[in-house]
Amino acid sequence: MDTGLVFFLIQVLNGVQLGLLLFLVASGLTLIFGIMGIINLAHGSFYMLGAYLAFSLAELCGSFWLSLLIAVPLTVLIGLALEAALFRLLYTRDHLYQVLLTYGLILVFEELRSLIFGDDVHGVAVPGFLEASIPLTDTLSYPVYRLFMSAVCLAIAGGLALLIRRTRLGMTIRAGAVNREMVQSLGIDIGLVYRFVFALGVALAAFAGMIAAPVASVFPGMGNQILIVSFVVVVIGGIGSIKGAFLGALLIGLADTFGQVYAPAIAGMTVYVLMAAVLLWRPAGLFGRAGS
Amino acid sequence: MPERGPADPPLVEARGLHTFYGPSHVLHGVDFSLRRGETIALMGRNGMGKTTLLRSLLGLTPPRSGEVFIDGRNMTGAPPHAIARQGIAFVPEGRGIFVTLSVREHLVMAARPGRDGRRDWTLERVLATFPRLAERLDRGGALLSGGEQQMLTISRALMTNPDLLILDEATEGLAPLIAKEIWAILRQVRAGGTAVLIVDKNVAALAAVADRAVVLVKGRVAFAGGTAELMAQPEMVHRHLGV
Amino acid sequence: MTRRFRLGPWLLALAALALLAFPAVAGKFYQQLFSTIMIMAIFAMSLNLLVGGAGLVSLGHAAFFGLGAYALLLLSPAYAAASLWLSLPAAVALAAAAALAIGLLVLRSSGVYFIMATLAFAQMFFYYVTGAKWLGGSDGAYIYVKPDAALFGLTPFRLADTRDFYYVTLALMAATYLLLHVLRYAPFGRVLRGIRANEQRMRALGFATFRYKLAGFVIAGALAGLAGYLDAAQFGFVNPDLFGWRQSGIVLMMVILGGMNALPGPILGAFALVLLQDFLADATRHWLLPMGLFIILAVLALPQGLSGLALRLGAFARGEARGA
Repeated sequence: MDTGLVFFLIQVLNGVQLGLLLFLVASGLTLIFGIMGIINLAHGSFYMLGAYLAFSLAELCGSFWLSLLIAVPLTVLIGLALEAALFRLLYTRDHLYQVLLTYGLILVFEELRSLIFGDDVHGVAVPGFLEASIPLTDTLSYPVYRLFMSAVCLAIAGGLALLIRRTRLGMTIRAGAVNREMVQSLGIDIGLVYRFVFALGVALAAFAGMIAAPVASVFPGMGNQILIVSFVVVVIGGIGSIKGAFLGALLIGLADTFGQVYAPAIAGMTVYVLMAAVLLWRPAGLFGRAGS
Repeated sequence: MPERGPADPPLVEARGLHTFYGPSHVLHGVDFSLRRGETIALMGRNGMGKTTLLRSLLGLTPPRSGEVFIDGRNMTGAPPHAIARQGIAFVPEGRGIFVTLSVREHLVMAARPGRDGRRDWTLERVLATFPRLAERLDRGGALLSGGEQQMLTISRALMTNPDLLILDEATEGLAPLIAKEIWAILRQVRAGGTAVLIVDKNVAALAAVADRAVVLVKGRVAFAGGTAELMAQPEMVHRHLGV
Repeated sequence: MTRRFRLGPWLLALAALALLAFPAVAGKFYQQLFSTIMIMAIFAMSLNLLVGGAGLVSLGHAAFFGLGAYALLLLSPAYAAASLWLSLPAAVALAAAAALAIGLLVLRSSGVYFIMATLAFAQMFFYYVTGAKWLGGSDGAYIYVKPDAALFGLTPFRLADTRDFYYVTLALMAATYLLLHVLRYAPFGRVLRGIRANEQRMRALGFATFRYKLAGFVIAGALAGLAGYLDAAQFGFVNPDLFGWRQSGIVLMMVILGGMNALPGPILGAFALVLLQDFLADATRHWLLPMGLFIILAVLALPQGLSGLALRLGAFARGEARGA
């Protein structure tokens, strides 16, 4: 097989993998924002928290899978505690105060991370049986773990779609995004629904941080980095739209990957140029509703 | 219909409600009671407090003072979903359609058994009663006509198998033919033993379907009694309702 | 008839006097620090024309700040001074032109989409400048000689002098404040506030809301360019971070913290954040932690930001009941 073509294929796979990972984080963000109306700048911090927990728990108990099992619920608990203690007080306030408060939260999380885990960059070992690489040519091969990551993200995406589209809970969530009062009038405790959505969003972000760790390492600032890109994905896809987040994430994942490889001079810009272009064409994102 | 004696507590009872909308004092010491199976027409000109009274009973706009009892239980200040769970369903003015859900999803999402565990209104029965909806089962809520949306809101409320159905201006803006269908459906609901509390502009149609009437004037109860009694006083009807 | 006592104007007058007298009591370091704060205050006030004034939250306002700064770089000969009277208006004009171009594009979106669109353009500037060797790239570039205030043979002040620079900045901050004050109470400002409250309604009333928003966007961009110019003039150094999202974020935080509904709010916010950072950074390496906690507490305790405190104090002084 022609090496050039294989190289291109590898980039496509990488782009899709990045996109799928981005989708996990962005879907949580779009759900929380679209349904609860909460702008949570600290969403990236949950991603970082997931990664650092995975790293330290893996060192402690030696098993990547076990640490995953413990760290996700742990992060969810932290997230729910934050929702109860802080976010709930902001429902009636201007969105901007949420922005300011969660900005303060980012600072707090960053420093806590620095105090607890230090500032070094850490690698996380790829779990044993996934260490192999599939050879594609004499010189190029593709890591099995990356394929595994993509598969897992895809499965989760499918699960989310099922949840939102097919289950009564999903219908309730979608209804709550449009008319909170009416949902309550039907006898449904919208507060519980909101808490579930929040927990789900946090879990997705933390899980993403964890499975990305063997590939992307664990480093300070990883939360901010993924946060900005996730917001771009949410905006491109349209706020509150899982479908949009999926498409947007893939677009961004591919654009960023190809940008880095084929046009490194403008690599950083591609994501933003793409977003600006989409917004010019569709001022409310691909699947968003104007006036959100 | 089973005999209901005066010993049963009213299904809904409110005493001395004072409700504010922001700074504006809308309800001034309103008393209200509704018994099981009764149909009450809530009447009054625009801005007299009818919707506010409904919202106070439902917990959507909690009163600043006064008490609300549902089936003998003090539900003052309870959250709206808890009040709804007591068997009360709301068909609001403006219909409250979920634009991102289909007709089927509206009905499935709302479905639950009544307080006594009975399921008189199943999806099948609802679709049989509202054939227009059955034809548009997978259509999005936003793509329905006004009349169809109203049917959807009513049927969604019925899917919760309520003991009390509250309707706020359910026939507003609808063609007379569709309005007639809605009145017919309400008679059916009545016949099944469900209580109905209805706000509407059509005084004649209200009089035909309601047992009792409550007239609100400037946030106070100007009349509470049998519908026939009210209609026998045309000057009162004219003065307070403008017809 | 007794006039209602309003604490606001008295506090403002007091603050103005304090700022005027400040160099008499403070050393060079603090004069420089306060100059920096006042530059950020101009930046923040310009953003608040959009945020508090028109309900437009921009997360890309640093684009214009950076443009003003880099304009001075471009207009300064390598080892000589640019003329203040030529380069300053040019920098402001450049920022205004960019705001016009960008505004035409981003103002088509609203809400969060608008926020992100503004961020996108600022990030495009950031990445372009980072990659542009002729502008110094990610290392930045130096402006070796500060702009010259010479006019018709007279030099009224020298920007290289810390005290002169302080007063120039103070004067420009005051001028900015006055301009925004006039705009706020003029029909223009009232239309903008109407747009913030309910744009649909303003359109229904016959106002060409897009034009008003664009005008506001251009004025805000121009003032941000002014702030950026001063920043470059103060330190003689520019780098791409001036365009960055952190810069846009910090100034937005100043606006929100200070209070969006009062004109002095952003000034308060600038002073609070920079002074707090200065104080905390001396105390501990992990100063961002108490900073973050302060911000969180401020949001929870102050519904109207710091300037809301002044409003409450005023009400308290008048003996009014609590609950604004």
